[in-house]
Amino acid sequence: MTRYAWVRISIVAGAALILEILCRTGVVPRLIMIPPSEMMASAWQILASGEIKSDFYFSFVNIALAIGFSVVGGFITGLAIYSAPVLRATLEPFLTSYSAVPPIVFHPMLIVIFGLNRAPQVIIAVMFGLVPMAIHTISGLRRIRPVFLKVGRANRLSRAASIFQIQLPAAAPYIFVGVTLAVSYSVIGVISTEFILSASGIGHQISFAYDNYDNRTMYGLVLLLLATATLLNSSLRHYSQRMLQRWTR
Amino acid sequence: MADATRTVHARVEGLTRVYPARDGRPAVNALGPIDLDLYKGEFLSVVGPSGCGKSTLLELLAGLALPTSGTIEFEGIMVRGQVPEGVGVVFQEDSSFPWLTVWQNVAFGLENSGVDSAEIGRRVDFAVNFMGLSDFAKSYPAQLSGGMRQRVCIARTLVLRPRLILLDEPFAALDQQTRLLMGDELLRLWRETGATILLITHSLDEAAMLSDRVAAMSARPGRLLEIISTGWPADRTSRIVENAAFGAVTARLWTILRSESMKAIGHGETSAPA
Repeated sequence: MTRYAWVRISIVAGAALILEILCRTGVVPRLIMIPPSEMMASAWQILASGEIKSDFYFSFVNIALAIGFSVVGGFITGLAIYSAPVLRATLEPFLTSYSAVPPIVFHPMLIVIFGLNRAPQVIIAVMFGLVPMAIHTISGLRRIRPVFLKVGRANRLSRAASIFQIQLPAAAPYIFVGVTLAVSYSVIGVISTEFILSASGIGHQISFAYDNYDNRTMYGLVLLLLATATLLNSSLRHYSQRMLQRWTR
Repeated sequence: MADATRTVHARVEGLTRVYPARDGRPAVNALGPIDLDLYKGEFLSVVGPSGCGKSTLLELLAGLALPTSGTIEFEGIMVRGQVPEGVGVVFQEDSSFPWLTVWQNVAFGLENSGVDSAEIGRRVDFAVNFMGLSDFAKSYPAQLSGGMRQRVCIARTLVLRPRLILLDEPFAALDQQTRLLMGDELLRLWRETGATILLITHSLDEAAMLSDRVAAMSARPGRLLEIISTGWPADRTSRIVENAAFGAVTARLWTILRSESMKAIGHGETSAPA
């Protein structure tokens, strides 16, 4: 591990320790927050008991579906927009201003259309994740160095071979940044919609515990969710950084 | 003047390239007309002021761009918008693929040409060794110096066994000492492969040191002003710079190109100080 990684871990451990002291000494009331050590114990109990296994599974499937649709859909959208100049000139302003749109406002309408099942949650999550994926696909393809394409032509590559052997690998670091964002936004999209109106899922369980003043369960679940999201995101980010360093010398 | 005693490997006749008017900007007459015979097995360099169309000439010869008028023949076959089999191109920019190792980079063209894997292995090992990259075969380009990355690009072309190698200022980004050493390697490659080489360069010294003939081009639109034969032996090295005749060749090139270079930087025709 690098020196910076140790510093990061120390900051998190230090913050947890301060919070532990504040909670244990009553400066922060238990009704607001429980000590981090109790959060960890609660998280472990939740995992060991398997009592919300079905909720984990429900959220996991939703997130997996949202990531799949966001990544594949975003990539195809980006590729189509990049390949068609007319489409690019027409749609790019929409894409860049899309970040100001909160997709969650469409949730009630989607429930009316699809009913109270996983579809509205997945669709909202895809609305979060697809656009960053498309934007980064376009950006990656646009940044391909023209000399790489000339090498393809000098080697008499077919159009398909040029796409798969040169253009996609050359654009990969930027496309992968899009994948990282699509994953993060899919998790956010699924969990936040489960909070609002859902009968199952981690988001629903956190919301249910909150409504019943069950801080121990709520913080245990929040900790589990934070740990999973952080682990997933930092693994992807780590890989993405390594690619960018190698590609952009 | 064509030399009837030698075999013409590539022939350029009446070649021009005009970039059409676009977005309110006027059309640019970039090149020509140019007539040039490239003899089999010779090393010819093209020098000229910045923006005179040297790289355009190479791209047209390679089939990477289409001429506005004129014809290009390679081994008697017309070249038009497609790189012919037997022609290899090395570009000015580092074009090694960062996602592939040195070995994979060198193998890239072969893997797309239907050669069987055992033959690919043999040829790539030879090319990697020939260019002094054996210790770095498993390294990625980001781990190499600029000179080594350019050697990877040359090896990637060499492995295809081209009969005509077109080099577009391949050493432009390297320091002077590395350029001299790379020049020696290029001469060794030329001798051992017997390929015809056309080198685009803005360095008069490099052109004079490496070439059998040096073609000097005018400012835009680039035309051939004169072709100088150096008369160097085939087994020359960078030590040719110690030869008194080397100074005479570079001086002759500068005499031809000085007024053209002044035009290129917007100073027009001026007489040289005594």
